[in-house]
Amino acid sequence: MEKFTTHTGRALPLRRSNVDTDQIIPAVYLKRITRTGFEDGLFAAWRADPEFILNQEQYQGVSILVAGPDFGTGSSREHAVWALKDYGFKVVLSARFADIFRGNSAKDGLLTAVLKQDDIELLWKLLENNPEAEVTVDLEAREVRVEGHVFTFEVDDYTRWRLLEGLDDISLTLRHGEAIDEFEAERPGYKPKTLPAAA
Amino acid sequence: MPHTLAEKVWADHVVRSAEGEPDLLYIDLHLLHEVTSPQAFDGLRAAGRQVRRPELTIATEDHNTPTLDIDKPIADPVSRLQIETLRKNCADFGVRIHPLGDAEQGIVHVVGPQLGLTQPGMTVVCGDSHTSTHGAFGALAFGIGTSEVEHVLATQTLPLKPFKTMAVTVTGELAEGVTAKDVVLAVIARIGTGGGQGYVLEYRGPAIEKLSMEGRMTVCNMSIEAGARAGMIAPDETTFAYLKGRAHAPSGADWDAAVAYWKTLRTDEGAVFDAEVVIDGDALTPYVTWGTNPGQGLPLSASVPDPETDFEAEVDKTAARKALEYMGLEAGTPLRDIKVDTVFLGSCTNGRLEDLRAAAAVIKGHKVADGVRMLVVPGSARVRLEAEAEGLHEVFQAAGAEWRFAGCSMCLGMNPDQLAPGERSASTSNRNFEGRQGKGGRTHLVSPLVAAATAIRGTLSSPSDLAA
Ligand code: SF4
Repeated sequence: MEKFTTHTGRALPLRRSNVDTDQIIPAVYLKRITRTGFEDGLFAAWRADPEFILNQEQYQGVSILVAGPDFGTGSSREHAVWALKDYGFKVVLSARFADIFRGNSAKDGLLTAVLKQDDIELLWKLLENNPEAEVTVDLEAREVRVEGHVFTFEVDDYTRWRLLEGLDDISLTLRHGEAIDEFEAERPGYKPKTLPAAA
Repeated sequence: MPHTLAEKVWADHVVRSAEGEPDLLYIDLHLLHEVTSPQAFDGLRAAGRQVRRPELTIATEDHNTPTLDIDKPIADPVSRLQIETLRKNCADFGVRIHPLGDAEQGIVHVVGPQLGLTQPGMTVVCGDSHTSTHGAFGALAFGIGTSEVEHVLATQTLPLKPFKTMAVTVTGELAEGVTAKDVVLAVIARIGTGGGQGYVLEYRGPAIEKLSMEGRMTVCNMSIEAGARAGMIAPDETTFAYLKGRAHAPSGADWDAAVAYWKTLRTDEGAVFDAEVVIDGDALTPYVTWGTNPGQGLPLSASVPDPETDFEAEVDKTAARKALEYMGLEAGTPLRDIKVDTVFLGSCTNGRLEDLRAAAAVIKGHKVADGVRMLVVPGSARVRLEAEAEGLHEVFQAAGAEWRFAGCSMCLGMNPDQLAPGERSASTSNRNFEGRQGKGGRTHLVSPLVAAATAIRGTLSSPSDLAA
């Protein structure tokens, strides 16, 4: 995984709450077996509308998404994170994220930063007034900086450390192979097995 | 110190814990399906890794499979490739699979319990958010993303921070015609789609204890729609009776040892939850959703709410305005006046035998209303067989409903069963998101009883409307 320290780019004010993962990427795009190339599915239903904010000229090339609360609810599909990343988003800012979406983002190096809803509202106004505004998201300092404003955000220490170091979970876990062996040796015999298939 | 049910199950699975790091949790059962696993298997291959415990892993095909002509090759080449990829991955890595056409194929959350693989006190994961279904057995069961699927395949563990706990107590007794689905829709309407975030919900109280295993699964299934990681119900005699004799349930001395352990899986007297909600079960009536998230629900007797006057927070007003626009509804319309085009009976929420029986009992002797199509999709091939043995398919067919093969079907717009743009459904599934059942489709979530009555009358209805 790539390291994430600081990102600067332009941002999209998405004035919607409860953006569920079916909106982020509809199920028809989930038939693919690859891990890349999902940018066409991002917000596919909304993007069919030429007026949708992401279609507007002034928001082309954005890399930071500023969304309403409860972003990423619903289905566990990691394709939602892949679609955002493949489109070019590096960061999502919201007052509240769904747990599974947040976990998935952390695995794929997409930063989900929690800001206060008041700060999100202010950011929406700033970005609507000036779509060219450069927004800096500083993971080390846990800060979002734009046009002289500084907003602090929340991200847990462990996720921050993993993102800053660009570490992947499986190799971290495999360092504890012995602990897993020991645990397995103690598991009760009545726990079910899928193999062999019972008659 | 007294502990909650969730804390006990968690503690029994901690492989390793260290200050400042997530706990490493052992996973007892890993369920796979075609949609969220291909990239995980690819990851294993790229790293030269194996599946650590194939005997704790099982796969089935459900999301992307057709429910008609299942003996023919899948028509859509992209879907076909995804199914074939799962079969190849399972063969390459030694994982048991129940493919389309097999008697144990079906929706992953129907298959696990039915085989007796889901048992109290286990940790169960699947790359699917409705894994919470399995919590009905007192298991800690939750959905994960594809990176985590790969992690579990490779290590049989997951690094996780402990969840918070919320008690959801349903008091009293459910009135006739009020089902587990109505209970959980009312719970979500109460706590909101984000209210459960970070929590495991433990459903308890007399109304919950009286539910069958099927009903408990319906309730736990939709925990995710309140944002919760998982839902759980303490195992009891109902649970043990359901499990006894199932293919993978323990037997003989193992059964006794297992039951002795299972009986310890209750929240201790005096244990403290991080949050508590109480729902008056006596007061519940059939619930339906009017909007585009599962929290936007009301009793069937209510009317479509007014975004300007019925909500306080600005985000809720905006959400309600957008929902009414998408749903093509006017504030003040009685919910009972809403006309539907399609009725979908099925999904991991309400696709089990008991659900089909309940709907069939309502439908029997009636006809599906003109202009309405009704799809009945058993949750698994086994459910279909059992239903046919009871003649339920004949009841549905005689009423003019379609009797399909098992799968996720119209629960999500991925396989051929979809709503057309602007079409409106009453659906026993779990998500009424925009476009969930097909682009532009409009979904009202309902119980199997309401689905059946709605099919007959053509407007959102409960069985009590039929007598009138
Ligand atoms: S029935 Fe619906 S909710 Fe359940 S697993 Fe299938 S798609 Fe997901």
